[in-house]
Amino acid sequence: MRVSIDTEICQGQGRCFSIAPSIFDFDELGNGVVIGDGTLNEETLSLARLAQSNCPEHAIFIEE
Amino acid sequence: MTDKKPVVDFATDWDHTDPRWVEDPYPIWQDLRERCPVAHTERYGGGWFPTTHDVVSAIANDTEHFTSRLVVVTNNKYPEGAPPAPIGGAPPITSDPPFHAIARRLLLPAFAPGPINALEPQIRALCRKHLDELNGESFIDAASQYAQYIPPGVIAHMLGFPAEDGEIFRDFVHVVLDLIDLSPEDRAPLFVPMAEYFDQQIADHVAHPRDDLTSYLLNVEVAGAKLSPEHVRGTMVLILIAGIDTTWSAIGASLWHLATHPEDLGRLVNEPDLMPLAIEEFLRFYAPVTMARLVKDDMEFAGCPMKKDDWILLGFPAANRDPAAFDAADTFVIDRALNRHAAFGLGIHRCVGSNLARLELRVAIEEFIARYAKFELDSSKVVTWAQGQVRGPRHLPLRILG
Repeated sequence: MRVSIDTEICQGQGRCFSIAPSIFDFDELGNGVVIGDGTLNEETLSLARLAQSNCPEHAIFIEE
Repeated sequence: MTDKKPVVDFATDWDHTDPRWVEDPYPIWQDLRERCPVAHTERYGGGWFPTTHDVVSAIANDTEHFTSRLVVVTNNKYPEGAPPAPIGGAPPITSDPPFHAIARRLLLPAFAPGPINALEPQIRALCRKHLDELNGESFIDAASQYAQYIPPGVIAHMLGFPAEDGEIFRDFVHVVLDLIDLSPEDRAPLFVPMAEYFDQQIADHVAHPRDDLTSYLLNVEVAGAKLSPEHVRGTMVLILIAGIDTTWSAIGASLWHLATHPEDLGRLVNEPDLMPLAIEEFLRFYAPVTMARLVKDDMEFAGCPMKKDDWILLGFPAANRDPAAFDAADTFVIDRALNRHAAFGLGIHRCVGSNLARLELRVAIEEFIARYAKFELDSSKVVTWAQGQVRGPRHLPLRILG
């Protein structure tokens, strides 16, 4: 299971790294970035899903 | 403005300065959403007001058919001296692709979470200073004596303007955002003091460069060339205007909510961990900002026969109350976990100051409720709301109970 951010869609709304700072960080422009390779376990999956369902731009994708 | 025709039906004649809309727009929007869902008006030279999340999002993301050349609805669609698309008078908010990305890229680093979060101690100190100045009085105006002081202080610091000029900034905001329904002839002279003020600040920064946004904009280079003076000034105006009224409105509206919903105030005081969710719900439920676009060419869109240069008033606050996008959309749920709100806009024009706005809102509320754990509206006085595209209380008389 992996999470990714589509950088073409992300507008830096900032919800993901506030909700799930263990999974997401921000770059120097304030856009969201995935920490590491985005691999999720059972525990982090639900947190990633929560961030995904709060992203106003629908820029977060989870591959299960 | 005094001889204005009252609105009979907002579906065919909407006016966002109508007293009923200013007082309580939400039932009007709900009615329009069910009936239209894109309302029309002949006022302001003609325009449309979409009320659903779907249509608002579609327009916000469609820079091919809609331009951001002007983002404030007035009676003048062709103001003198405003640079044409894709630049506009206040880049990047008035810019279209491809220029937009260049102008926005210049601002993003200064407003990214890193540098913004570093301002927290300073914002907290500012909030405490203004709470101290209330002298423990039992009756206060939380809008004019508290909320309205916070954003100007922060913006003055970022632009490197004198901290004591907050009053002047609030006058500028009033001209740009409140006095919109004047004739172009009556409106234009009101902008002269603002132009003079910016000339003065720019001259001072040219003579004495320093580490602030104004000096940065004056010196930054794009493809080997400095920005045009119009670009620098337009961006400074944008930061000043957009950074003040908006956040002050969000702080005021949130305090209004807490004053009128003691159960939510009690929960926030007793469960500080709720704050991040509460902030997003304040932003959804009381989103202050509505932005304009202009239609680029005649076309049919969302079933509406749109004409070139028709206004679009993008109702992000209305989108946030759309039951198709949110469960119990018209209910304030302080711990709402799924909250994909559009308070900061959608698409490429996402509010560049959103990280700052969130920080100011959170700290201003935290400090206020740390000082006053119980308060209610002062029933002997009247709450007044700003008219126009930014909604928030201008007067919020409170009675402090503890």
